[in-house]
Amino acid sequence: MTGSIAIISNLLSGLGRAQFFLFNILSAIGPALLRPRIIVRQIYMIGVQSLVIIVISGMFIGMVLALQMANTLDRFGAEDSVGVIVALAVIRELGPVVAGLLFAGRAGSALAAEIGLMRATDQLSAMEMMAVDPMRRVVAPRFIAGLISLPLLTAIFSLMAIGVAGGHLIAVDLLGGDSGTYWSQIHANVELSDLRQCFVKAGVFGMVVNWIAMYQGYNAPPTSEGVSNATTSTVVVSSLSILALDFVLTAFMFS
Amino acid sequence: MSGEQTSEDLLVSVRELNFGYANRVIYDGINVDIRRGKVTAIMGPSGTGKTTLLRIIGGQWHPSHGQVLFDGVDVHRESRRGLYRLRQRMGMLFQNGALLTDLTVFENVAYPLREHTKLPDSMIRDIVLMKLEAVGLRGARDLYPEELSGGMARRVALARAIALDPDMVMYDEPFTGQDPISMGVLMRLIRSLNQSLGITSIVVSHDVGEVLSISDYAYIVSAGKVLDHGTPDQIRNSKSELVQQFLQGRPDGPIPFHYKAEPLTSELMGDAQ
Amino acid sequence: MQTRSLEILVGFFVCLGVAAVFVMTFRVASLDTVGRGEGTYSVSGVFQNIGGLKVGASVTMAGVKIGRVRDIEIDPSSFQARVSIDISKRYDKIPEDTSAKILTAGLLGDQYIGLEPGGMDDYLADGSELTLTQGALVLENLIGQFVAGQSDSKEDKLAEAIGQLADSLKSSSEAKQGAHP
Ligand SMILES: Nc1ncnc2c1ncn2[C@@H]1O[C@H](COP(=O)(O)OP(=O)(O)OP(=O)(O)O)[C@@H](O)[C@H]1O
Ligand SMILES: [Mg+2]
Repeated sequence: MTGSIAIISNLLSGLGRAQFFLFNILSAIGPALLRPRIIVRQIYMIGVQSLVIIVISGMFIGMVLALQMANTLDRFGAEDSVGVIVALAVIRELGPVVAGLLFAGRAGSALAAEIGLMRATDQLSAMEMMAVDPMRRVVAPRFIAGLISLPLLTAIFSLMAIGVAGGHLIAVDLLGGDSGTYWSQIHANVELSDLRQCFVKAGVFGMVVNWIAMYQGYNAPPTSEGVSNATTSTVVVSSLSILALDFVLTAFMFS
Repeated sequence: MSGEQTSEDLLVSVRELNFGYANRVIYDGINVDIRRGKVTAIMGPSGTGKTTLLRIIGGQWHPSHGQVLFDGVDVHRESRRGLYRLRQRMGMLFQNGALLTDLTVFENVAYPLREHTKLPDSMIRDIVLMKLEAVGLRGARDLYPEELSGGMARRVALARAIALDPDMVMYDEPFTGQDPISMGVLMRLIRSLNQSLGITSIVVSHDVGEVLSISDYAYIVSAGKVLDHGTPDQIRNSKSELVQQFLQGRPDGPIPFHYKAEPLTSELMGDAQ
Repeated sequence: MQTRSLEILVGFFVCLGVAAVFVMTFRVASLDTVGRGEGTYSVSGVFQNIGGLKVGASVTMAGVKIGRVRDIEIDPSSFQARVSIDISKRYDKIPEDTSAKILTAGLLGDQYIGLEPGGMDDYLADGSELTLTQGALVLENLIGQFVAGQSDSKEDKLAEAIGQLADSLKSSSEAKQGAHP
């Protein structure tokens, strides 16, 4: 009984602290924008370094989707719709979600470990004592970089999955479909609002992953175990949050 | 006590300070005065909370009771902005250096200058090279912190702490891990910074002889209290058994060498059962 | 310098991402502004049954999209559906006696409104009413009517009717495929 109360109150206070952390980040964004160089460096760490995994996964996801769809749709004589289905699935759901999950694994974990180590080695304290606010110089720039990087990565991922290599490769080059039909079908059925939804989701996921990663890193106990736990729970918590938020956002934007 | 000084002389005064971590009391109402333009040593057994005291003075941690005045301003009542302004006037050398690992030695020392001044690059370069020269590491400017030894990292951190020519520098164990030569250089550096620029210094150290030889005043803290304080000579001739035990490094005496624990024999016996 | 190449890489990454966003907007999504961005005028019509018509569905004439459905509501007096549509200002010379039908794209596709121009010299303007309307064909009703009308010798006729229905559906789906070569 008292145990469960303690667990719940711990959970609530953790949530509360995470909220405060988010407010602090948001209020540090303005000053952080004055130092674009730090942000550029973080876009490199967060975005550019995730490019390879995003491109390759995008290709394979598009290919496997197209292959599965082609087999089934062929039975109804509707194999022209392969492109539409791949495009809608990727743009509405798979693009932001899979890119977000990969991002959490690739960039979020690295971020949590980095911040956790900075804390453990007193680098954040040293900044504070030099009258430099780590929120502005360390946390906010990474947050902004995540917000910029994930939508871009999602766009690249989706394009890989739909056009360049994934769906197009299977439906047109392998199964002998017509490239013109492939594109015109997609063009006729994907709406601008689908794209908007895709990028809104990606932006939200980017923020949430970075928020969780940095909160975990910032509050990690200054030990090797603490840092490794922070990394693990970053990946777990942010993956679950992405899936849950995806549901919520879809429900919001479709109704 | 320090009744003969006027408050004008005091750069920092710690009043009736109480502080504890979650379940442990670290300070139980201590008073410490740091006089302007002097070198003050703070000594005490490992784990009594000397680093903690420096962090409280720097406003990173809040006391549960009591206050810290820096130049007449209550550090813990300041707004963030005010606190950051105060901190620009303090330098701190962390016990483990705490260099920023993604910057070179040069950039680490340049960091506070770039953050707080609008000096042109050429001037920043000159200042950084002078500071690095003072700690003997001008040649190491392009190395990254992971390529430095512990002693070198601490010297770089010292150069960084004095980069802005602050009013006060807090040195947390500057001599640990230094060979006798660099130790001598650092002692002279601290002294000369103090004499030529009038920088007030707080030196935390276990090297009793060395630190007493460069300081004007010394505090010995243990178990949350100030055991004794005075000029180095007063300390050396202190009648207090505690102080003598500390100065001479005897394991037996009023200051326990061991962290609080049950008697060893009873624990071993208990284990055997 | 090292930061320089880093900046170039980041620049490259951002260009790549922005290019992907652009390709997605122009090549993948239908960036149709009909009834959204440009100026429109609004007309309305009363339908007996709108079937599955939704707000935002397209309004076409001779297969060309010229507007979209803006609003659907129940007419409080007649209990029929009043559908308001926005038509692009570009098409401002549509005869007043134009008729509107609710049609289905393909076999099971979305429903849309098709306009068939009449011959009058007066044109539809903002606030005009489409008087000639035909609601959606609801498959269940059709079958129900058919069955009721053929109560005698039910079995044969029903089989025949379903056969006819299947034939007609087949030809319509073939026609639709023909439209997308
Ligand atoms: N973050 C913390 N949480 C809980 N307890 C802490 C924390 N930091 C330090 N302590 C405890 O506070 C005490 C004082 O720590 P502090 O680092 O100030 O000691 P110190 O006097 O600097 O020791 P040393 O001479 O070894 O550096 C230690 O006994 C330590 O157990
Ligand atoms: Mg210490």
